[in-house]
Amino acid sequence: MNLQEFLAMGGYAGYVWTAYGLTAAILVWNWWAARRSEAEQLLSAQRRSAD
Amino acid sequence: MWLWLHKLGSPPHAYRLLGKMAPWFGWPALALILLATWWGLVWAPRDYQQGDAFRILYVHAPSAWMSMFTYVVMAVAAGIGMIWRIKLAHAAAASCAPIGASFTFLALATGSIWGKPMWGTWWVWDARLTSELILLFLYLGYMALRSSFDDPQRADRASAVLAIVGVINVPIIHYSVEWWTTLHQPASVTKLDKPSIALEMLYPLFIMMIGFQLYFGWAISRRLRGEILRRERNAKWLKEGA
Repeated sequence: MNLQEFLAMGGYAGYVWTAYGLTAAILVWNWWAARRSEAEQLLSAQRRSAD
Repeated sequence: MWLWLHKLGSPPHAYRLLGKMAPWFGWPALALILLATWWGLVWAPRDYQQGDAFRILYVHAPSAWMSMFTYVVMAVAAGIGMIWRIKLAHAAAASCAPIGASFTFLALATGSIWGKPMWGTWWVWDARLTSELILLFLYLGYMALRSSFDDPQRADRASAVLAIVGVINVPIIHYSVEWWTTLHQPASVTKLDKPSIALEMLYPLFIMMIGFQLYFGWAISRRLRGEILRRERNAKWLKEGA
């Protein structure tokens, strides 16, 4: 199997790659959102303890 | 044992423990998801009926499974919070909601993308799809309800009722393909006798499911840490340095 054949996904390229891309996007979003909310709370906690 | 449980339920202890646990979930999750993606896209043989489109299964089924699993965790945590009045349990339930909502959205979206080439339509109002859509609304409703209260304790109690009542939807989703006529195929993996899918196609699915499960462990640890900080904003242990 060559790369071109692999990317074509037997004619379902648009569907398969969109599905996998969306999955990656959601997993990355979760990662980013969780880290961000934690960092935000940590920052505001530090600010409060500095007062 | 009780002392240990009590210690576990204390916010500073839980906060530190979650921080230590998170990477033990996160890194294996990443490794397994990457392995399963490669296996599912490259090594797994093409389906004789669906061609390469069946590979969407490897992201669709785990996200659908996680959408229901997360809801059950959320409802159980909310129940524990209600019965034993444990704030940490309410915090855990609240942390589940955005994760579960994202998995539900993913299950619906990948299902829709799979449905188009296989069924010829993006969406049908049948039992499986509709009940999964209701699950998404339950998550969104839960989050909206929480954010409508200023008092966290009232938010905990009101949203817990919604979470617990809504859990009835989970078995409905699961059995919808048996109870009603639907376009969605019946379960081919979680059958008690023999799974009706080739083993070489099944391995990457199992790996992906374990990967997603670990990913959930990682995500809930991180979310819960943020939630604990938010609730404990005026606590002494925070000032003493976490």
